[in-house]
Amino acid sequence: MGPERGAGAGGVNTVYEVFRQERKGQAFQHAGSVVAPDPAFADVYAREQYGRRGESTALWIVPRDAVVEVADFPDELGRNYHRVDGYSLKGKLKEARERAGTA
Amino acid sequence: MSAREQEVPRNEQEFLHYVQEGGQVEASDWMPDEYRARLIKFIEMHGNSELMGVLPEREWILRAPTLQRKLALTAKVQDEVGHAQLIYRVVEDLGKSRDDCLADLISGKSKFHNVFHYPTKTWGDVGVIAWLVDAAAIISQKALLKCSYAPYARIMKKICWEESFHILHGRDVILTMMNGTEEQRELVQEALDRWWGPLMQFHGNPIAPEQDPTLTWRIKSQPNDDARQQFLDGYVPQIRELGLTVPDPELRKDEETGRWHYTEPDWDELKTVVTGHGPMTEERLGFRRVSREETEWVRSAVLAQAA
Amino acid sequence: MPERRDLDRLLEVADDELILGWRDSEWTGIAPFLEEDVAFSSIAQNEIGHARALYELVARELGTTADELALDRRPDEYRCAPLVELRRLEWARTIARHWLYETADEIRIAALKGSDDPEVAGLAAKIDREEAYHRMHAEMWVDRLLATPEGREKLREAVEELWPYALGVLDDELRPRWVERVRARLGFDLPDVEPVTREQHTEELRELWEEMTMVRRSAPAGASW
Repeated sequence: MGPERGAGAGGVNTVYEVFRQERKGQAFQHAGSVVAPDPAFADVYAREQYGRRGESTALWIVPRDAVVEVADFPDELGRNYHRVDGYSLKGKLKEARERAGTA
Repeated sequence: MSAREQEVPRNEQEFLHYVQEGGQVEASDWMPDEYRARLIKFIEMHGNSELMGVLPEREWILRAPTLQRKLALTAKVQDEVGHAQLIYRVVEDLGKSRDDCLADLISGKSKFHNVFHYPTKTWGDVGVIAWLVDAAAIISQKALLKCSYAPYARIMKKICWEESFHILHGRDVILTMMNGTEEQRELVQEALDRWWGPLMQFHGNPIAPEQDPTLTWRIKSQPNDDARQQFLDGYVPQIRELGLTVPDPELRKDEETGRWHYTEPDWDELKTVVTGHGPMTEERLGFRRVSREETEWVRSAVLAQAA
Repeated sequence: MPERRDLDRLLEVADDELILGWRDSEWTGIAPFLEEDVAFSSIAQNEIGHARALYELVARELGTTADELALDRRPDEYRCAPLVELRRLEWARTIARHWLYETADEIRIAALKGSDDPEVAGLAAKIDREEAYHRMHAEMWVDRLLATPEGREKLREAVEELWPYALGVLDDELRPRWVERVRARLGFDLPDVEPVTREQHTEELRELWEEMTMVRRSAPAGASW
């Protein structure tokens, strides 16, 4: 997400982030932002910028300061017990098949 | 923004290395002052160009000789304004407000591309601009898809997608005229004769890659000369196959090296024009200045009681 | 098969939309803010698109083409209302005209939706759906301007100036209910004046026509563009 600054003259324009859904059933993806004095204008402007070619089936318009960015995910001790790459079964499988005579 | 473990290095040398290796930068990342300043200047010029590009074309909306052309031209010009909006938004998030950008544009402090300083004289110009000027622009824009600054690279995707119809529209206009009357064909050739010079200057004078800071910081990823060669490769055959003549007797492709030879473009003309002395520069900037002044009350009225 | 009377009514709407489409796109590149530039341009494209669809319908009946109807008539053959002919590159007048026209047009399109001719009714319904956006946009702007003393005064001045022309968009049958609506919404003191009717074309139309048709007239009839 961009910085809070950068509003228009007078500083009472709001930046609205726009998320668009290209086809029904797909995820809404961040498409960009528009600047508007209120939600009514933001609606009109987002439609124009992200929908005038029929390229979106739906939009979500959100004031920038309503968006909370989360970007730190500390993983200091390397946890793989809850991921697929934490499980290598090749060796044990080989041993088990040999014991059962099915190798 | 919350503090986080930075992928993006926080010193200039490592940052430079990071972007040169293909690293991407977001608006909220740390960046060297020089990188930020160059980005702003480069991207602002692009925004200015989209906006000024509207003025040569808009008068032809009224004069369009069919309803379909009227609609297509209105949509094309609308795209250009939309692109300006997207681009200035990116500049705003880098720290320069749109108002400041527009003020600098109008005062002549900042620049816009050469082609938008020239007059449009006939319907032939409309076709040539949409076909060839937009083609030259798209070559640069496609190269910018790899810009190290991610918000700009992302809007380039949308811009390229929207401009794809511009070139088709332009080519359709030209083809229809070339298949029409003798006068219509002459109109196209005459327009091409006038626009060829500015087109050859469009991608800028040759700069050695090591000496081009926009390449160093991976803002641009294509040297000027390469862009020009790409344009000639793509479009000279398209021009010639219609029976049109490119007004440069030196223009030929060296079959061995694959590179085009041509009369060296007039780099002085480019410099003069881009520093605000093109044939239409004053008039167009003046037009924008007046309309901006006359609509100042509207901006105040709208903002005055925003929530 | 639409009656002759219906075709005239359709040409009125088509000509209004064609000319207003140009007036709206006069703001391209110079609107008060870029977002409005893009919005008005969409409105202009809708209008020209509506004009085209209407011309196509009429053209089929008359054995001609939409382009010929749109661009090959003499100025005095156009059936547009003087309101759309006026060149008013000033924002308050633009918004005033936009709102006055859209509200009048809504009533007119509603009448066409009730046409016995399914083609006319169907096209009117499509136009109506697209124009919902125009009305929303116009209402939004009227709200904005009415909300500040300066905006309100400029809007009032603009509406007053355009009032006789605006009265000329609808005929005697449909006009009264529109006047009611305008008075209720805006609250301005609007005088009882004679409408400037469709037959009273302005000098501005002729100038506009000259420029609008100059490229087309530069080639023989039937040339492709």
